[in-house]
Amino acid sequence: MSKTIKVALIGNPNTGKTSIFNLLTGLKQKVGNYPGITVEKKEGVCKLPNGDKAHVIDLPGTYSLNASSADEQLVVELLLNPKSQDYPDLAVVVTDVENLKRNLLLFTQIKDLNVPTVLVINMADQIERRGISLDIGLLEKNLNTKIVLVSSRKNVGIEQLKETIANYKQLNTTGCVDLRKIDPSYFSKLEDAYRGEDLYQLWLVVSQGEPLLKINESLLPVNEYSERNTSEIKRLQQKETIERYLFINKILKKAYKVDITKAKDWRGVLDRILTHKFWGYVVFFMIMLLMFQAIYNWSSIPMDFIDQSFSRFSEWTKDTLPAGALTDLLSEGVIPGVGGIVIFVPQIAFLFLFISILEESGYMSRIVFLMDRVMRRFGLSGKSVVPLISGTACAIPAVMASRNIENWKERLITILVTPFTTCSARLPVYLIIIALVIPDQTVLGFNVQGLTLMGLYVLGFGMAVFAAFVLNKIIKNRSRTFFVVEMPGYKLPLLKNVLYTVIEKTKSFVLVAGKIILAISIVLWFLASNGYSDEFHHAEEIVRNQSQSDQLSEPDIETAIASYQLRHSYIGTVGRAIEPAIRPLGYDWKIGIALISSFAAREVFVGTLATIYSVGNDEEATIKQRMSEDVNLRTGRKLFNFPTGISLLLFYAFALQCMSTIAIVKKETNGWKWPLIQLGFMSGFAYIVAMIAYQLLA
Amino acid sequence: MLEELKTNIINTIVNLKPGEIGIITNFSVDHIPVKLQEMGCLPGNEVRLIQVAPFNDPLFLNVNGNFLAIRKETAELIEISKVA
Repeated sequence: MSKTIKVALIGNPNTGKTSIFNLLTGLKQKVGNYPGITVEKKEGVCKLPNGDKAHVIDLPGTYSLNASSADEQLVVELLLNPKSQDYPDLAVVVTDVENLKRNLLLFTQIKDLNVPTVLVINMADQIERRGISLDIGLLEKNLNTKIVLVSSRKNVGIEQLKETIANYKQLNTTGCVDLRKIDPSYFSKLEDAYRGEDLYQLWLVVSQGEPLLKINESLLPVNEYSERNTSEIKRLQQKETIERYLFINKILKKAYKVDITKAKDWRGVLDRILTHKFWGYVVFFMIMLLMFQAIYNWSSIPMDFIDQSFSRFSEWTKDTLPAGALTDLLSEGVIPGVGGIVIFVPQIAFLFLFISILEESGYMSRIVFLMDRVMRRFGLSGKSVVPLISGTACAIPAVMASRNIENWKERLITILVTPFTTCSARLPVYLIIIALVIPDQTVLGFNVQGLTLMGLYVLGFGMAVFAAFVLNKIIKNRSRTFFVVEMPGYKLPLLKNVLYTVIEKTKSFVLVAGKIILAISIVLWFLASNGYSDEFHHAEEIVRNQSQSDQLSEPDIETAIASYQLRHSYIGTVGRAIEPAIRPLGYDWKIGIALISSFAAREVFVGTLATIYSVGNDEEATIKQRMSEDVNLRTGRKLFNFPTGISLLLFYAFALQCMSTIAIVKKETNGWKWPLIQLGFMSGFAYIVAMIAYQLLA
Repeated sequence: MLEELKTNIINTIVNLKPGEIGIITNFSVDHIPVKLQEMGCLPGNEVRLIQVAPFNDPLFLNVNGNFLAIRKETAELIEISKVA
């Protein structure tokens, strides 16, 4: 019988922990669902050389067990709770050879919990370039641990790590620092008060108070202990930190040497440019411009291909399968509905590609540094830039990324305004409408459609910042703020990591969105091809009678019948009922249906229109062509004309059409208050702006 | 006069110019977060100012070998003695 060893990967941010996770587990990993759990949880399975299996959890990046963010909190809670099903048999602490001193601080803390611990020194390929010399034997002896040198870039050391994991029982579990040395009287008193409890764990609970108490209720009276004197606790924490560094320095002095004359480094030069008061912003703006132009231009070829393939596939289904309701469902409901989402895979993939490169290279921290002062004017933090930029991929991980903002007010405002940024689900809507109403011309070397898209991104950011400004005036500050951000060294992004992120995120987007869209398109198809009224059932007679005098050709009559029937189907009836409410915005009942169904998720808008425009239609034409030819019966002009298009773009720019965002905001703010305020504000604002725009342009 | 005397004697990180180095001498544990101390901001350690953002805030530092950025309001609380 092979057994499963539970392994937790722990480490400071920017140590390449995730690369090691990827190397250990390959693509056999799963990322936890957003609604069910609080933090993104990455798990995977790894086969060990002796036939056992390791179940690996990639814990969020942590600087210390003295938690200062929600992510760090999770790590401490897990390590203090042996009853948790994820409690590890073995902790693998990942460090970066260049920042070994600081990274070892967390290692000594984990070691003091007496969990079997392996020390991974990553980026071993940098040892020579940085002029570092390491005495592994001496380090192992003094730290009482097993050390594995790994280079995730060169794929070195992973087999050795697997072997060490398999033999975890041989690891020494002696701690590093004895708290009693720091303040003998305080700690022996604490120990006496709770006999039988581990002193370091006790101290973590005392110094961090409330949040950790729920794990170990037997420590309840500790509460009084910790409330006694926070100032004293802080002084002891400082002493503890100093003691840990003394311990580390003593060891590193002998075992770790750097010959600066041999070190080659670009970071000084790069930082001088990238964080420069003027050039820093120029570079930032150029990178953003490049990113959005690329997303638009590079993906147009695969997108056209997918669009045509799906309409041909739908046509082929219709011709090949026997005629009947099932064939109609496939060719008019399912295929166009799914095609409506698959078409956006190229763009979403490019977006995640860029964001993951920004993060992997270390450039994201420079953006945080450059933007902090500016963002603070609006009640945000420099760290809000990360959620706002990743919000261009999806608001859900972006809202979760706000967790490392220390100040509650800055964090809340970030959460509330992030959904204004243009997420990938808005892209499908924007793209089809831009293609319909914005001319495909080139001005000053830039594509006008591309510029419009960029304009919408700027509008999203602008609105987010403006809303933050307003909220900053309204919301009261709860706590004192502080701000520390690490500026990691520059790294060439690892292709493997970037690709994994792109694949995993794109896959989950397609699967999650795909399921909703598939279900909705089936329902829509049914509602659009059935009806209860006389008009629906006798559509053919009515239209033929009416058009007798008009001398229409046979295909025109057939189209007229199909559209008459659609108007009187179930869905047509619903759509026409809500039409008065959306007419001031320039929409007809078809757009109305799409608005309602896309409340679940914005991208459903396109799938819905695709389904509506396919029902009863036999011509071989792409959905886009059909939409562009459609005429608004009331105005007699094209339905997707310039004013309606702009009105739709603005509506989707501002409205909170996303149930998952509402769910995650509820989770992150602990209640319905903020998500409901957000929904009301965003969607109300969207309605008004779209109406004003249409009325002015029409 | 007294004000001038004070600023001459007590330097904080804010008084560093880009490229200058100081040694951290003192700060109040009540106002400096544990996290910053754990990143090496402790009495006796070296701090070098690398770059300041526009409006002199935040400050990009190298503290005890770690590269990090903190806001001016925090930097003002960390006393140093200038080295070079």
